[in-house]
Amino acid sequence: MTELCDLTATELAGKLRAREISAVEIVESSLARIDAVDTHVQAFLTPTSDLARDRAKAIDEQTAAADTSSEAAGIPLALKDVLSTKGIRTTCGSKILESYVPVYDCTAWARVSADGAALLGKTNCDEFAMGSSNENSAFGPVHNPWDLDAVPGGSSGGSAAAVAAGEAVWALGTDTGGSVRQPAALCGVVGLKPTYGLVSRYGLIAFASSLDTVGTFTRSVRDAALLLTSMAGKDPMDATSLDRPRTDYTLGIDEGIRGIRVGVVKEAFGEGVEPGVRASVQRAIDGLEDLGVSVAEVSLPHAEYALSAYYLIAPSEASSNLARYDGVRYGLRVEGKDSIEMMTKTRGAGFGAEVKRRIMLGTYALSAGYYEAYYGQAQKVRTLIIRDYEQAFASFDVLVSPTSPTTAFKIGERADDPLAMYLSDVFTIPANLAGTPAISIPSGLDEAGLPVGLQLTAPVLGEPTLFRVAHALEREIAFEARPPLLGA
Amino acid sequence: MPVEIDIDHVAKLARLELTDEEKDRLRSQLGLILEHAAKVGEVAAHDVRPTAYAIPRSNVLRPDDLTPSLTQEEALANAPETEAGRFKVPRIAEVD
Repeated sequence: MTELCDLTATELAGKLRAREISAVEIVESSLARIDAVDTHVQAFLTPTSDLARDRAKAIDEQTAAADTSSEAAGIPLALKDVLSTKGIRTTCGSKILESYVPVYDCTAWARVSADGAALLGKTNCDEFAMGSSNENSAFGPVHNPWDLDAVPGGSSGGSAAAVAAGEAVWALGTDTGGSVRQPAALCGVVGLKPTYGLVSRYGLIAFASSLDTVGTFTRSVRDAALLLTSMAGKDPMDATSLDRPRTDYTLGIDEGIRGIRVGVVKEAFGEGVEPGVRASVQRAIDGLEDLGVSVAEVSLPHAEYALSAYYLIAPSEASSNLARYDGVRYGLRVEGKDSIEMMTKTRGAGFGAEVKRRIMLGTYALSAGYYEAYYGQAQKVRTLIIRDYEQAFASFDVLVSPTSPTTAFKIGERADDPLAMYLSDVFTIPANLAGTPAISIPSGLDEAGLPVGLQLTAPVLGEPTLFRVAHALEREIAFEARPPLLGA
Repeated sequence: MPVEIDIDHVAKLARLELTDEEKDRLRSQLGLILEHAAKVGEVAAHDVRPTAYAIPRSNVLRPDDLTPSLTQEEALANAPETEAGRFKVPRIAEVD
């Protein structure tokens, strides 16, 4: 049965404004769903139900007095546990930060909170956002609501699963190489990675600073636009945040897409893409032509080098960013006879296998004698990928591809093969390298009944067009399936 | 060919304690990953400029105003060990 927690934020805000329902009812509906399913899904690491209830009461009192609130007011939200929350434990899915309690809020959550959203809790993720399956969390895996034996994707697996299971109406995640879009695809929800710098990274615990973005999980494209509207904008606390005027991204989303030029990324339909994924995305593309858009093939010739470049650049930045976990200012400390031994033992005990792998990879790629061949070359490939996009966007308004080559795979299936795991992000990584916005929307189910994601990519700051096309396509596809876990 | 790397040297640079089993596994996994990653050398010519940030910005300035910051207590709140309002660490240098 569909309950309040299964509706979109847009629908709930409408009912709230019409006084059909209260914020308390919405939040209680989400909390009841969490009680019912989270023992199976295990999306949450730290629930904050009291905070959510208090916020809902405050919103109801405020709404009774005056009707000036944001559409986000009273809507239950989950936050990936790499986003700092003042006074609420923030672990990054790591033993090294198991009892870390930030003394400030990240800007993204601070802004959404100021608009009245109700925090349900912090969600599980791959350790320090490194992974594509959520299996790298020090606190156990998350289970995909569509198949509890399968991964939800990663690294923002908890946020994706929570939205798919109706535990949260929407959620924030982070996307460095696909960590919002890939789990959104595998869980059948909408995942947005905005233009790099559009949302402040202040308080996002750093993985790879030149690639990290804060993104959204929602059950509709309009909800993604709404959440981005709340978060976006210049922040003096992040020097890389873009100086853009506040924009309402929901405006014009409904204007239709007649005349839009859609490029189908040739390289994203080749070897390694499951037939079920290819068929579902192709069906959606065929539907596009009925909407009055022109569709043609486009090539991103250097896309095949993106994965290699990413797995040099991201670990290099990570090895530098994660140097701060030294047992001195915060986090775990393992005693040693001197400071160096203390640091070395602390890091050995506190980090998990994938984080160690990337620290070692990055340290090697930046070390004397290897820097030019690896890190230096990868940065040049990044330039070539940006040029590919510039050429493609000279002829097309948006590009379309599958989000990930496969649907959700079984827990444990790729755990011992890092290269196979890294391939999950082969279509999402180029947008991070080029800084462009991209969105994943559900295009249907494969023959096993698992969701398939379709990715749209627009030029830097092309969010208005991205939302317009995604919104039109979402209507055309009319994805209404629900995870079996929730019943008919 | 998988790339051969000196695991002990890299682990020392990274200040990362690894067990022998971890070293063996990393030696083979990193060798394979680097073999794949070396593809970047195939296309990036010397006339291509490197990109550090996709959306470059320079001279990001702000007014030099006083704003509230963390208190000493807040800054030390998560420290494993403190003394007299400071972070405390094991001995760094030998003293006579």
